[in-house]
Amino acid sequence: MKRVYVNEKWCLGCHLCEYNCAFSNSGGRDMATTLMGVNIRPNIRVEEGEGVCYAVSCRHCEDPLCVKGCIGGALSIEDGVIEIDKSKCIHCYTCIVMCPYGAVMPSEDGAVQKCELCVKTKKGTPACVAGCPNGAIVFEER
Amino acid sequence: MAIEFMYPEYEVLRDPDRCIRCRVCERQCANEVHTYLPEKDRMISDDLKCVNCHRCATLCPTRAIKIVKSPHTFKENANWGQKEITEIYKQASSGGVLLSSMGNPEKYPVYFDKMLLNASQVTNPSIDPLREPMETRVFLGGKTHEIKRDENGRLIPIKRVKLELSMPVMFSAMSYGSISYNAHESLARAARELGIFYNTGEGGLHEDFYQYGSNTIVQVASGRFGVHKKYLDTAAAIEIKIGQGAKPGIGGHLPGEKIVGDVSRTRMVPEGADAISPAPHHDIYSIEDLRQLVYSLKEATNYTKPVFVKIAAVHNIAAIASGIARSGADVIAIDGFRGGTGAAPTRIRDNVGIPIELALASVDTRLREEGIRDRVSLVVAGSIRSSADVFKAVALGADACYIGTAALLALGCHLCRTCQTGRCNWGIATQRPDLVKRLNPDLGYQRLVNLLTAWNHEIKELMGGMGINSIESLKGNRLMLRGVGLTQKELDILGIKHAGE
Amino acid sequence: MNDTVIEGQVRIPSGCAISGIFSRSGKRFSGESIIRSIEVMHDRSNGLGGGFAGYGIYPEYKDYYAFHIFYDTLKAKRDCEEFLERHFDIINLSKIPTTKVKEITNEPLIWRYFVLPLPTKLSESQLTEEEFVVKSVFRINTDIEGAYIFSSGKNMGVFKAVGFPEDVGRFYRLDEYEGYCFTAHGRYPTNTPGWWGGAHPFALLDYSIVHNGEISSYDANRRAIEMYGYKCTLQTDTEVITYIFDYLHRKVGLTLGEIASVVAAPFWQTIGQMDAPERERHEYLRNMFASQLITGPFSILVGFSGGLMALNDRLKLRSMVVGQKDDMVYMASEESAIRIIEPDLDWIRSPRGGEAVIVTLDKNASEV
Repeated sequence: MKRVYVNEKWCLGCHLCEYNCAFSNSGGRDMATTLMGVNIRPNIRVEEGEGVCYAVSCRHCEDPLCVKGCIGGALSIEDGVIEIDKSKCIHCYTCIVMCPYGAVMPSEDGAVQKCELCVKTKKGTPACVAGCPNGAIVFEER
Repeated sequence: MAIEFMYPEYEVLRDPDRCIRCRVCERQCANEVHTYLPEKDRMISDDLKCVNCHRCATLCPTRAIKIVKSPHTFKENANWGQKEITEIYKQASSGGVLLSSMGNPEKYPVYFDKMLLNASQVTNPSIDPLREPMETRVFLGGKTHEIKRDENGRLIPIKRVKLELSMPVMFSAMSYGSISYNAHESLARAARELGIFYNTGEGGLHEDFYQYGSNTIVQVASGRFGVHKKYLDTAAAIEIKIGQGAKPGIGGHLPGEKIVGDVSRTRMVPEGADAISPAPHHDIYSIEDLRQLVYSLKEATNYTKPVFVKIAAVHNIAAIASGIARSGADVIAIDGFRGGTGAAPTRIRDNVGIPIELALASVDTRLREEGIRDRVSLVVAGSIRSSADVFKAVALGADACYIGTAALLALGCHLCRTCQTGRCNWGIATQRPDLVKRLNPDLGYQRLVNLLTAWNHEIKELMGGMGINSIESLKGNRLMLRGVGLTQKELDILGIKHAGE
Repeated sequence: MNDTVIEGQVRIPSGCAISGIFSRSGKRFSGESIIRSIEVMHDRSNGLGGGFAGYGIYPEYKDYYAFHIFYDTLKAKRDCEEFLERHFDIINLSKIPTTKVKEITNEPLIWRYFVLPLPTKLSESQLTEEEFVVKSVFRINTDIEGAYIFSSGKNMGVFKAVGFPEDVGRFYRLDEYEGYCFTAHGRYPTNTPGWWGGAHPFALLDYSIVHNGEISSYDANRRAIEMYGYKCTLQTDTEVITYIFDYLHRKVGLTLGEIASVVAAPFWQTIGQMDAPERERHEYLRNMFASQLITGPFSILVGFSGGLMALNDRLKLRSMVVGQKDDMVYMASEESAIRIIEPDLDWIRSPRGGEAVIVTLDKNASEV
């Protein structure tokens, strides 16, 4: 299955992926008007420190702890993609605690949010991958 | 001092209705033009630091940024332009020689743009490159028409050193040091994939790139930096660099601060020491000395590799080339006055040398008149901007072209012409690790491959249109060219007719 | 002639018809049949040039160079003859016999000389006999205004004029000549009234070429061949092709087959499929003789002493067929041009692009 991978060697820490992610999941038409004045909550985040930077997002584990821990049945695996049904989320945040990568987080409305590989927004390449200026984020079979 | 103040030539315009304060511009500008003011939740920019490299504008996700030429102007003067005036201020302030990067940007004629190509109509057919073979393979090296036969009268192929190119384009000399490791890797990998060659310049060959040796031309220049036995043995060909189009008659200077780590090791120059290439080779003060160096290098490599001699296009180029053709060199590379550089004195770059089109035409004609055109191949550079320029150069008589600036543009260069600062935002002309990493060779090499694949398609289309299905039938085929808006003298030198003739 | 631009002052591309007949046994036959053959293809010419080459036509003078010369003026004739007398032993000279044909007008003076280089002049020049002749021909054609040598081989001759080829044949009374080989050409130049010297065949020494096509490599070929001492004064394709053949065959020493691999070289992809020695040989030929590759459409017949060769461009962009009946070989732009003189052929075929068809006299061929 194709997943999003990040190559630390080429990650520039520009944070463009975060904005592309936020915009892609917003459903808005124009990034400037959609994200103006918004404190974005992207599903991918650049971790930085000591001259290293690295974008982190859900790895869509084959045996995901988040899904195991979900007591409301909000998280499920569809064709390998770990998806979230916000209507079933009871805001217990067990998944957030269980994810070893910190890739699940609360959204503005309280339900959790996570990367769904842009399957719910548009087909094809996830927005973080399409917008990465240095090919550091790739979407591929490994 | 107020008198030293110069208003910035370019201004950063940020559309407040589009800027979402993502701060990508701030993170990506090595010149520190952009700053975020948290207390005002605003981005501001310092235009004085802007070099107009477009890094911010291209990465801005909302297209909020554009760089415009400042309307701030001196009182109009047809003689004293902005450039002349500001250069006086700079020199009055610094007392130094002005430095510039990349090729001569001044308004001299571009002869490639004053030549038009032919096509077939009725009397002979054009050839569709999608249906018929269309050949762009080129061999570089001298040719001989002596033949040998075995006892049965069968022809024995005479082995001459040569390079085989899939198309008549190569990457010209750009040293590791003047450009980054990742830029070099991109060029080397692209050359291999394309079946062409790249050139190390006078920076030595990084040990990681020995694996691309069969697609590498190594340079031996006046500083002899990075030259050793294995360096020569690894390469497919050796180029003796006499001159460079951007700075004929002078040497090079890579400042000590750039001689760090791998660059120092590869150049065989101590860390922090300036790498100074003398203006002449101190063992070449005349043409007979050149012959000795050519044969020294041939001896050193057991006559297995072609030797190039690269010269800048200067006034007496035809006679010089004739001398080189008789020196034992296999290829003459000529760099026109628009050729690029990582750093050159501005006055030299902008005022010395002649256009490559005229140099090429007169060299090709001269070597033919002397009956020695077959002894050498001609490679031309400075500046080849498109497949049409390649095509016209071949029609004038070139065997192949070198591209430098065009390759860098493919890698992201936006021709801001501030390579000499070492703060290239595109990861090309820099050694700063955080900037070098901006050029991912996986993407860079692919873009170079794309560029030349596209050019090769275009060359084939142009050839097919004129009913030529192999590039050797285009070489020196000047009837396929017509001049527009040229004087009779220019036409005579180019050896072409005017359009309509 | 004065107010029109002729070959040499401007480059004139042209389309054409060609035909050739060859007797392997060396049996001599009349020029009548070649006229009939080329006449069938009347529509492939436009009346602005026609000509013939005959081999084995001067058996009584076979050891002498036969110079056929056009003179525009009597002064040109005087100047030329003065030059010839200084450099050659002239064994015989005469007007070339012609008949008045109403379609052929404006004829120049047409003379024929059988000559050999003067031994003293030849040894002084330090040239081979053939090279001496070539140099002399170039000298006359470029330096003596109004004189033009259009045929200079031994035991062969070229006859050409402005007109349709069948009229040209009758004008020169070609039926009165007998040879073992004839070639013919009908011309369709595209932008001038034509000039007698610009008609085909084009000949140098024993090589004569008739050609149909317009080559796209012309200036590349011209500028290359001029490095080796040739002067392309006519600026025609046929002229440069003739020089390439002369250079590669006589000076370099390539065989006609090898020359075909140079001028109509196989494509790289074809060469890539050959076995190693063959591949190496072709790579070598294409690299070393790159500037002699000819591209664009052509079909040519190359006449030489004792043989005839047919060759098409590498893509076969011009028609050409070859047929045989007993010892007779026929080559022409169109099958009809062969059928008209030999309806009952043993076989007929269309050679592939770049495939050289070479016929030579049988070993036991009759004395020619």
